[in-house]
Amino acid sequence: MKIKVKYFASIREWTGVKEEEVDLPEGSTAEELKRKVQRLHSNIDNQEGTILVAVNGGFVEPSRLLSSGDEVALFPPVSGG
Amino acid sequence: MIRVTKDDFSIDVELRHLKRPSVGGLVIFVGTVRAESEGQRVDAMEIEVYPEMAEKQLNAIRDEAIQKFGVEDIRVIHRYGDLKIGDNIVLVIVSASHRGEAFDACKYIIDELKKRVPIWKREYTPQGARWVEVGRPD
Repeated sequence: MKIKVKYFASIREWTGVKEEEVDLPEGSTAEELKRKVQRLHSNIDNQEGTILVAVNGGFVEPSRLLSSGDEVALFPPVSGG
Repeated sequence: MIRVTKDDFSIDVELRHLKRPSVGGLVIFVGTVRAESEGQRVDAMEIEVYPEMAEKQLNAIRDEAIQKFGVEDIRVIHRYGDLKIGDNIVLVIVSASHRGEAFDACKYIIDELKKRVPIWKREYTPQGARWVEVGRPD
């Protein structure tokens, strides 16, 4: 399945794109998506910091199952306010 | 009311929206751009936001605060884009019949915002630009 992934702040700078489609086997989890993205971009630089995952506008557990059509976002810890 | 915007806000205008006969106290928090961060001079700031999720999270926090503290109404405005020292970043106004719950709700909102609303500050210092990455959901 293809998942559209958005990136923000330092994660966007690391991947070099605002969003992209990532191909994953059916039944993949949020954690598996994160690992896939880290592999896809490992040639650019190591992303050592924390990456938070949100699905459809809410934070999710690493075990959260993804389905095509989900809006997934990867970003660093937040700093608003 | 929740707003994520590039534009500055007027505290007076926003306050007027919350004044009504049942309200006996309004608590206002305004966050501004500080010229110093962790011992370093800050010359300017850029704020990035994931707008759809930020609005969703802010609405959830607002609903929680109204339910938890029994306050009457809440306005939250958060800015993004390029900001100068002293510029407004965020406004929280809480209206209630009495001050106690208004203070509590205001603190709850800004504390939760700092943990789970997808907004990021980038500080420009003489040593270069750096992302501030501190908060995460409990």
